[in-house]
Amino acid sequence: MKNLKKYILPVLLLLAGSAIAQQTPAPQQDGAITIVGATAHIGNGEVIENSLIVFQNGKLTTVTDANSTNQQYPGTIIDAKGKHVYPGFISPNSTLGLVEIDAVVQSDDEDELGELLPHVRSLIAYNAESQVVESMRPNGVLVGQITPRGGRISGTSSIVHFDAWNWEDAVLKEDDGLHINWPNSVRRGRWWAGEDPGIKPNDDYSKNLQELSSFFVNAKAYLAGPQEKANLPFQAMEEVFNGNKRIYIHANSEKELIDMLAFKKEHELKNVVLVGGYDSYKIADQIKAANIPVLVGRVHETPQMEDQDYDLPYKLASLLNEQGILVGLETSGGMERMNSRNLPFYAGTVTGYGVSKEEALKMITSNTAKILGIDDSLGSLETGKDATLFISDGDALDMRTNKISHAFIQGREISLESHQTELAKRYTKKYGQQEKK
Amino acid sequence: MRIKFLICLLFSAVTGLQAQEYFPKNDAVKAQENTNFTVLKNANIYVDPSNVIQNGMLSMRNGKITAVGKNIKIPANAVVIDLKGKTVYPSFIDLYTSFGIKKPESTGGSPYSGNPQYDAGREGYYWNDHVRPETSALESFTYNKEEAEKLRKLGFGVVNTHMPDGIIRGTGMLVALNSEGTEGDRILDEESAQYFSFEKSAKSKQVYPSSKMGAMALLRQAYLDADWYAQGNADNKDLALEAFNENKNLLQIFKTDNLLDELRADKVGDEVGVQYVIVGSGKEFERLDAVKATNAAFIVPLNFPEPFDMEDPYMANYATLGDMKEWNQAPANLKMLTEKKVPYTITSHDAEKNFRENLLKAVEYGLDRKDALAALTTVPAKLIGQENKLGTLKEGAWANLIITSGDFFDKETTLYENWVQGKREIFEDIDLVSLNGTYDVNVAGNTYKIKISGEPSKPKAEVKANNSKIGSKVNYKNNWVNILLSAPDTTIAEYTRLSARISDDAKNFSGKAILGDGTQTTFTATRTAEASEKEENKPADLHEVLPVTFPNMAFGFQNIPKQQDILFKNATVWTNEDQGIVENTDVLVRNGKIAEVGKNLSDRGATVIDATGKHLTTGIIDEHSHLAASAVNEAGHNSSAEVQMEDVVDPDDIGVYRNLAGGVTTMQLLHGSANPIGGQSAILKMKWGATPEEMIFDNSPKFIKFALGENVKQANWDSNSRFPQTRMGVEQVFVDYFTRAREYEELKNSGKPYRKDIEMETILEVLDGERYVTAHSYVQSEINMLMKVAEQYGFNINTFTHILEGYKVADKMAEHGVGGSTFSDWWAYKYEVKDAIPQNAVIMHNAGVTVAINSDDAEMSRRLNQEAAKSVKYGDISEEEAWKFVTLNPAKLLHIDDRVGSIREGKDADLVLWDAHPLSVYAKPEKTLIEGVVYFDLERDQQLRKEVEKQRNLLTTQMLKAKNDGLKTQPVKESKKEEMHCDTL
Repeated sequence: MKNLKKYILPVLLLLAGSAIAQQTPAPQQDGAITIVGATAHIGNGEVIENSLIVFQNGKLTTVTDANSTNQQYPGTIIDAKGKHVYPGFISPNSTLGLVEIDAVVQSDDEDELGELLPHVRSLIAYNAESQVVESMRPNGVLVGQITPRGGRISGTSSIVHFDAWNWEDAVLKEDDGLHINWPNSVRRGRWWAGEDPGIKPNDDYSKNLQELSSFFVNAKAYLAGPQEKANLPFQAMEEVFNGNKRIYIHANSEKELIDMLAFKKEHELKNVVLVGGYDSYKIADQIKAANIPVLVGRVHETPQMEDQDYDLPYKLASLLNEQGILVGLETSGGMERMNSRNLPFYAGTVTGYGVSKEEALKMITSNTAKILGIDDSLGSLETGKDATLFISDGDALDMRTNKISHAFIQGREISLESHQTELAKRYTKKYGQQEKK
Repeated sequence: MRIKFLICLLFSAVTGLQAQEYFPKNDAVKAQENTNFTVLKNANIYVDPSNVIQNGMLSMRNGKITAVGKNIKIPANAVVIDLKGKTVYPSFIDLYTSFGIKKPESTGGSPYSGNPQYDAGREGYYWNDHVRPETSALESFTYNKEEAEKLRKLGFGVVNTHMPDGIIRGTGMLVALNSEGTEGDRILDEESAQYFSFEKSAKSKQVYPSSKMGAMALLRQAYLDADWYAQGNADNKDLALEAFNENKNLLQIFKTDNLLDELRADKVGDEVGVQYVIVGSGKEFERLDAVKATNAAFIVPLNFPEPFDMEDPYMANYATLGDMKEWNQAPANLKMLTEKKVPYTITSHDAEKNFRENLLKAVEYGLDRKDALAALTTVPAKLIGQENKLGTLKEGAWANLIITSGDFFDKETTLYENWVQGKREIFEDIDLVSLNGTYDVNVAGNTYKIKISGEPSKPKAEVKANNSKIGSKVNYKNNWVNILLSAPDTTIAEYTRLSARISDDAKNFSGKAILGDGTQTTFTATRTAEASEKEENKPADLHEVLPVTFPNMAFGFQNIPKQQDILFKNATVWTNEDQGIVENTDVLVRNGKIAEVGKNLSDRGATVIDATGKHLTTGIIDEHSHLAASAVNEAGHNSSAEVQMEDVVDPDDIGVYRNLAGGVTTMQLLHGSANPIGGQSAILKMKWGATPEEMIFDNSPKFIKFALGENVKQANWDSNSRFPQTRMGVEQVFVDYFTRAREYEELKNSGKPYRKDIEMETILEVLDGERYVTAHSYVQSEINMLMKVAEQYGFNINTFTHILEGYKVADKMAEHGVGGSTFSDWWAYKYEVKDAIPQNAVIMHNAGVTVAINSDDAEMSRRLNQEAAKSVKYGDISEEEAWKFVTLNPAKLLHIDDRVGSIREGKDADLVLWDAHPLSVYAKPEKTLIEGVVYFDLERDQQLRKEVEKQRNLLTTQMLKAKNDGLKTQPVKESKKEEMHCDTL
């Protein structure tokens, strides 16, 4: 407690600087920070009840049981007894920073014209000063994979953290993966063209598959050859074929998933990740055998079919997890950007359908980091990894107790204020109400 | 000479109608009237369904029946036809057709894009183009011989036809399908009925009504306007209303497309004092009690769904159990209607192609033949007021009859003839000698084995020469048979032709043969074997019929659970009353009410549920929902105060069940946000399996939806011709309507005649504080505006819903006394919510506003407990108060807190038993009760899941079998309901 003042000061300084619309990014970590007494949720399934966590120069140097060491507490000490520490939550397959307000088309940069756009890169459109992005942080969502939408191959995503002056500062992994929207094997009737609005087989499905396959074959052939003329889409595939860039295949129905497995085999693709995977539980064994991890679609959804169990979207992640598949949770869907801050509660909801809280936590931390290929530095509270973490008053997977007092990205203590908290304070003050503590 | 030779000649000559006696005749001598009688003898005559004369006689003249009986006197001038034991029925009657009338084609396109048409396009008629009572079927009628023949082949003799266009469609006419006569002969009644539907006219693009509830409101208003017009109060001429008043005493027939619409049509009818005859959907069996309660007669189609093609297991996944069950059960609809004693007639509409097939199928599924016949003859005759003239074969009735080989409802029965107004039409020759059998045919030294089978007039041949099959064709007409044989050596293109005239005895016949080289010779055929008795039996599509559930889809109840007396023992009880959250407490439920709350209660015979370690709360109330609705917006006018969401409740929405699984027991079904003045709300209890009427909260307080902002100014879609287009205009819409409502009131109270206007009456209720306003709103300027306008007119806004900038004017809201019902954390999805904050609920609450958290969304509504918990996170409010955001506070805002919203003796037993702290993300409802009925039970849900799986498997197998048996299938389609929000058009 004696060191409490030491940490209050920087926080007050941060508050003072928060009058402008976007929060000012925190400066580099200067001196060690020690969090003591918290229940540490490591993110790999382990929990340390009375933990000692130390980080310096942005990296975790100590994560241990406080009872088991006599180590001196270096630097700023945060007494977090009764509180909980988590690794920063990771939001994969996200469009944060690509669109500010959904209905304002001028603010929308998520979907480029064209079908096969592996060369299109989300990173340069990422708005590091987005008000929506900053609203993630008070919920513990500190990292995201910024992903383009639309087309057959939407483009290339990059992984960023959520406290930066610009996209260059924000990037954690540039051009990490290629995103393919798998063709739909069924389609809805075009009611406006007089068709029955029900669902029917997509007559173009084989053709769409053929086009995709042909693109892969041609890109490979092109890269093997002399490349006499530049072909930007083909060139962008080089990193895919050599395994440096992951392939995120967005697919949902059972038939599509089976075709996707065949496609992977046919083109000898490495590092394939399934995104969405609504029907994946039906062929979990095959997905497992192909060693494909799944980023499970939004948990807070209604089942797609009226005959399905009311809780199917709640339990899908658990059904896959039981089969030994590496599972992460993603948030795409309607109003996805602002809703991404509910990522921890998707994990909370998954709990209670066959997975423990710590197992569910992995689905938004270490599992996701492994799936995205950033587990060397992120996803768990382990020595040597980035000090990207936060302190919550209670269980961060439950909205009832997710109350964050401190958050750090690479050791930098970031502001938890936002456009929203500022408005709240302004009007609370206007009415002379008790300010939020 | 045998009678069969006369047949063709007789077609138009036997019993011609009398020529119009006062018409001059210029093409021949006039004195050639045929006054002969025609007598049918040796027939089994169905005078009506319960009166059959075996081996009887029937005489007719001039198109009418003159006598019928076991033995009648045959006049000397009678042409007698011996039917040799054939069966005679009255021809059938179809009360719902558009025979001879061409439906106008729709011009297509979205009614909203560009410059939508908001006003009527006609002058001198009603203000709405879709009300067309002045339409007369006669005006656009052209007798269509081909259509008539098709109908006669099905057995029909008389149809009612009309112009199938518009909501009020005008008059229909009764036509005999007599292709030989003139219109003067055929038209039995030129104004036989008035027709209605919920479908708009294709002739106009007038937007209103854009919804079912709009169509219902329009009907109500049209009846009021017609009365007012009839009293001579209008200054203008309205040809539509004049016609509507003239049509009032006709039979009133209402066409619908689905079961809920059938109930809706009857509801409107009850309100305006008209009992419609309802053209149904064929799905009446799904809610027989409600159908019976309409007291209506039904005109039922035989449009049984085709089985889905389930061969591709991946496509099969998209079929819903509800659709599969409808296929399974629909053939039993008529049987079930009969058992329920619902009066009905059958129409060929929607099932022209497989009318007979489906009729017979209905009989296979238990429809009594006598009832089937009545539904085709006496019932429609009576409905149309022609029971002495039609649908019967008694003396004086029209000579409309069909002649069959036997019982009409047997598969192998042949329909030989259909007589309409005494005009005979022959489909099959009664006397045609069947050639069926196996023959040895000798031609020029070769012997062929020919097997003939099939219908007598359409025989099929199978020919073998030296035990190998050869190609052949057979044709049999007017007693001449022609057979074409290909050469036994298939490489030679040579044909042998046989031709013979068949005499009475077809066992042996002979005739001319022309060989491949042109040589003419003779042949003989000798029957060596009779046709096997066994008919080529088509596989009967007879399957086990699954029981109807409520609703008739996945997770429906075979028996709706009953009210129970229950004692919850030892729960943590969230009372929402002064005592707060109390542990180790018992709650006793009796007769649907909370009977007692306390410690160590005795069960008094109630079922005891151990709730140790569990939480018991009152049911969640969603202040803003669009679940369980068939429509959301009436977007045809900028005020739609006259429309009622209670009209469009859809109890078959799986969202109801899913919400129960999330602990929701009550919700307000709101009109959407397309208009500044929206429609009247419905408050519903989530009674899964109930009818729409049963779901509606008893003695619901009256509510109406208002809306402000981007949606009402149509900023989010391509439409720019409707006022208002700005927030400035929105204010003026309110001022305009409120001013006019007061003027209306003044006139109403003056004692002078006034036109009763449902819209104005509704707005007056608002001004007088009898109807509460729920106003969709976002930004502070508009919130403030509406409060000021309301204050100016002396009333209060009850609730601002959404109200995402409520925190900016919370003090003003508290002063006005309005509540706020908001989203927990939604923002940034459109420009007007860029300043929405998750602290909104708590800031308003702290300022003294009654606050609720709502969903406007089928997904979020089933997790409202979690949404309430977000206020604990973002706003630091106590858990007890946060819980009230989704229970007691919405009850207060809905003025139903005397009934629901807290756990107190005497209140409705709408309770949820949670397995964990109810605000926690980990909490799941184990039981959800409404009025003491356990509508959701976690364990029962597991059984229902198994039941869904089991029934899907069973029906998939049945459908695969149907396909394998050669039945026509349809591609799988998923009839998914759209999830609706405020802005769903």
